[in-house]
Amino acid sequence: MKSIADYLTLLGHQVTERLVLLGAVFHFLFSIFFMSGTCLRRPWLVVREIYFVGVFSLLIITVAGLFVGLVLGLQMYDTLERFGSGDGVGMVVALALVRELGPVLSALLFSSRAGSAITAEIGLMKATEQLTALEMMAIQPLARVIAPRFWAGVISLPLLNVIFCAVGIFGGYLVTVKLLGVDAGTFWSQMQNAVDFRQDILNGIIKSVIFALAVSLIAVFEGYSSVPTAEGVSRATTRTVVLSALVVLALDFVLTAFMFRGF
Amino acid sequence: MNDKSTFVELDQVSFGYGSRTILRNISLRIPRGKLVAIMGGSGCGKTTILRLIGGQIKPTSGRVMVDNQSVAALNTHQLFLLRRKMGMLFQMGALFTDQTVFENVAFQMREHTDLPEALIRNLVLMKLQAVGLRGAHHLMPSELSGGMARRVALARSIALDPELILYDEPFAGLDPISLGVIGQLVRRFNDALGATSIIVTHDITESLNIVDYLYMIAEGVVIAEGTPADIYQSTHPYLKQFVNGHADGPVPFHYPAPDYAHDLLGDGL
Repeated sequence: MKSIADYLTLLGHQVTERLVLLGAVFHFLFSIFFMSGTCLRRPWLVVREIYFVGVFSLLIITVAGLFVGLVLGLQMYDTLERFGSGDGVGMVVALALVRELGPVLSALLFSSRAGSAITAEIGLMKATEQLTALEMMAIQPLARVIAPRFWAGVISLPLLNVIFCAVGIFGGYLVTVKLLGVDAGTFWSQMQNAVDFRQDILNGIIKSVIFALAVSLIAVFEGYSSVPTAEGVSRATTRTVVLSALVVLALDFVLTAFMFRGF
Repeated sequence: MNDKSTFVELDQVSFGYGSRTILRNISLRIPRGKLVAIMGGSGCGKTTILRLIGGQIKPTSGRVMVDNQSVAALNTHQLFLLRRKMGMLFQMGALFTDQTVFENVAFQMREHTDLPEALIRNLVLMKLQAVGLRGAHHLMPSELSGGMARRVALARSIALDPELILYDEPFAGLDPISLGVIGQLVRRFNDALGATSIIVTHDITESLNIVDYLYMIAEGVVIAEGTPADIYQSTHPYLKQFVNGHADGPVPFHYPAPDYAHDLLGDGL
């Protein structure tokens, strides 16, 4: 029979464990910043990783963006038409994409497509002693392997978000203007009037940058701290996707509250 | 201690993880320019010795000296400077899987030197020629056989002409031909580069063919040492069992267990 004191000890242990982990994550983040000199001196290292995480994510981002735009156009037009304001569909599609769906969905897709790949790659490099080999060659893995992947993620995701939003808006245009017969001029002018550059577009991009930092940090941290076995790497990859999704959704709520409700 | 003829020295070194002791007050000297093997059964702590020499771990007591510097006392920058004098061959090769054979061997040259690309190209081709794989420079590590991958890793470990080369189980998992090839290369590189080499292995036959000196480790202590001739003539029971590969001897075949008859006739375990 466990006493209350035992439960309290267990709770305390769990809390301190989480805090230690959080400390380790931030220590890791600062180490990456500290070791980023190599990326500045040799930008080609980052460009190469942008190709792998960014360019290879283009397909899933554009296809998903297109379908989200198509569905959003259909649903919004249907709802707005009930109040006789179907013409405003362009505005609603653009606002929904630029403020929320673009940053959040592109981050979720990016973590599944690129974050998991980064974790698995770093985890396997660790398991096959490639990271140790680098250290024995007097090369810091943090500077040579981790930092370029981290910055590639941070640079790629906001760009992918912009592409996602643009393709999504095009999808909305296709379905509402070409299929449902909304006037093209009204579609674009309503959008132009309602979407503010600073309030909507810039805030959306800021959100995306913050998600990019979070998702990239989780991906490289999970890979670097994974247990160097087949099972360990598989667990780390799963954790990257699950944790990224939860962190992105939670951060999105906080950021929306600050940006659009002025808390 | 400031002895020019000794390149690596372990002085009363102990090491353990938690309550598990791996090395107990072990002392050994590796003379400059020699090829020395550290031998012993699986789990006797021989790879730990390599990791101590490379500065990947620190001893719980005692001193590890490399080139007259105490490895554990160095900061990261100093340790990295020391490691530039070292080359290491990993047991699994540890080749960079996203790079070709050529890029793997060129890696350290590109990272640590400002040599022009044309010169790097020639140096890499020379290293690959030395291991017989110049024709395979364009292949990816996944396209190589085990023996070829080991040879590429060997070429990579000598890319910057190191003064000290550490080999972790260079003979493990190779067919007899590849094994002989690697053995000869290890010997040849040691002599051609004027380097000091340390081989950690349990392959006694191949080691006795190529090394200058041999340390035998068991349960974290040195139980025998000498030249290959000394080892052949030794009457030490452990050495005899190791050299002849007998199943039973000082290293027992059976894990400790209660009496056999008692176990068979009794009920329950």
